[in-house]
Amino acid sequence: MLDAQQLSLKSARYRRSILRLIKRAGAGHTSGDLSCVDILNVLYNRVLNVAPETFADPDRDRFIQSKGHSVEALYVVLADRGFFPESELETVCRFGSHFVGHPTRKVPGIEQNTGALGHGLPMSVGAALAGKMDARPFRVFTLLGDGELAEGSNWEASLTAAHYGLDNLVVIVDRNFLQITGPTEDVCALEPLEAKFRDFGYCVRTCDGHDVAALVQALESVPFREGRPSLLLARTIKGKGVSFMENDPSWHHGVPDEEQYAAAMRELDAAVAEREAEVAADD
Amino acid sequence: MTERSAAAARGGLTMGRPNLVEFADTLLALGREDRDVVVVTSDSRGSGKLTGFARELPDQVVEVGVAEQNLVGIAAGLASAGKKVFAVSPACFLTARALEQIKNDVAYSGNPVTLVGISAGVSYGALGSTHHSLHDTAALRCINNVDIVVPADNFETRSAVRAAAECPRPVYLRFGKKPMPDLHKPDASFRIGRAMRLRAGSDAVFVATGETVCRAAAAARALAERGVSAGVISMHTVKPLDREALLGAARGANALITVEEHSVYGGLGEACAAVLLQGGVRTRFRILGLPDEYTVTGSQEEIFRHYGISPEGLTELAGQLLNA
Repeated sequence: MLDAQQLSLKSARYRRSILRLIKRAGAGHTSGDLSCVDILNVLYNRVLNVAPETFADPDRDRFIQSKGHSVEALYVVLADRGFFPESELETVCRFGSHFVGHPTRKVPGIEQNTGALGHGLPMSVGAALAGKMDARPFRVFTLLGDGELAEGSNWEASLTAAHYGLDNLVVIVDRNFLQITGPTEDVCALEPLEAKFRDFGYCVRTCDGHDVAALVQALESVPFREGRPSLLLARTIKGKGVSFMENDPSWHHGVPDEEQYAAAMRELDAAVAEREAEVAADD
Repeated sequence: MTERSAAAARGGLTMGRPNLVEFADTLLALGREDRDVVVVTSDSRGSGKLTGFARELPDQVVEVGVAEQNLVGIAAGLASAGKKVFAVSPACFLTARALEQIKNDVAYSGNPVTLVGISAGVSYGALGSTHHSLHDTAALRCINNVDIVVPADNFETRSAVRAAAECPRPVYLRFGKKPMPDLHKPDASFRIGRAMRLRAGSDAVFVATGETVCRAAAAARALAERGVSAGVISMHTVKPLDREALLGAARGANALITVEEHSVYGGLGEACAAVLLQGGVRTRFRILGLPDEYTVTGSQEEIFRHYGISPEGLTELAGQLLNA
């Protein structure tokens, strides 16, 4: 099992792979990928009971990425976990490729086709209900962006999740406070968000969504309360890891030019080197 | 004479039950046989005649309240985990409010939900256009990976419900709530995608779907009395359309009339027109459905009569077309 230092190293490497992928594909939701990659890292390397060889197991944990536009981060993590060869990432967004710019089930490891916002949570509620009906042990995790919380379907599904006491459901919100137009609180205010979710019946926790140890601690202690759906508000920074991309809405689906790419890679390489040194020092 | 027996007498057919009731009873039987059969309702168990199902099999019902997007999303999630899901809601709300969920969560993701549009077409009558679904076939026809089945009578309904439960693809079923005459012999065989010929005819042929089929059958009988040979095909599956049956019918008659409880745009009629034209069949052809206008106020029966979707209207239309 990977410890926090090893997970941090993975995150640093994932960030580099994401940027490389986006540069090669010429498309991608760059800053949202960088905001949620630590969450995906912890899910796939520590929390989810799922692996390529058990993906058909009816008792596997489900992960449905509602913020489908951050698919590049998901592709990188799934490739690293061995769901498909890393070389296939070279085909992302190419003519005829299964690797579309949003998640599809044609890619091994992906549970549902997402990309239109506000769809992941209702589908997750359905899967969690099926688990409850059959008293199966699997859990259902879903990752939502904060911008997509304006979609009413999220709140409809939240009512159902609470009504049926779905404690096998874990909702993670990538709370980066930024959407394509600008700050979420300027576009359509969400705060007080924790109170809203609590009032809708979730047991809510908040953590630093880039602190892998905090993410592990939170996600390994689900359900937060028996008989209630769990909701983790992961506070993140959109564009995390590349200084000039952080908190800048223009990087929502911005693709770096040569100069920007070189500058970003210098930062990401340095982060990887730093993490590698930490892991080496610890060994 | 009761209204039911009078109607049956008019048609010369045995009167059956509403397709809605046949659906609910079939679903209850399926639910007893297989505990993976799950019904999802959006405060629609009463409208769907599913209170009996909910009473007897409460663990196989998911109630989401008045929330159709949620209904379809949850249905997709349940199906993804192996359940045989029937998502039941008035057709008007199910296929408009939740269209994106149908497109992405059900069809694109390949979750084999059976979407059940109850009180379809103008079944809600005078409640008006908010409650009518004259767009549903058109909207769903251009979404890949959903079969569209519109049963005409009780036999087609129970057959379609059972076929949908076993179908590996998503299916949209739509029907109304008025009693329907029995159109088929009990030993008839039903398959999604295969049209059913009710009557052969060499002058005109009606290709009808859903609750208009019995009207077309009555018109064909009236035409026969006048010496006009009119055939009737129940095109219960609007997608995938039975091309062979359609082309065969068109080649064997002098005129072809499609009939549907749907807008004349984008439904059965235009689907048939495309097949006929591309199949090189030239025939006298009319599409009968609800015109592109603010629908007149009235009961389903009154609306049908107003727009000529009645035995009299269809008889007249066939006569005009043959004499044109």
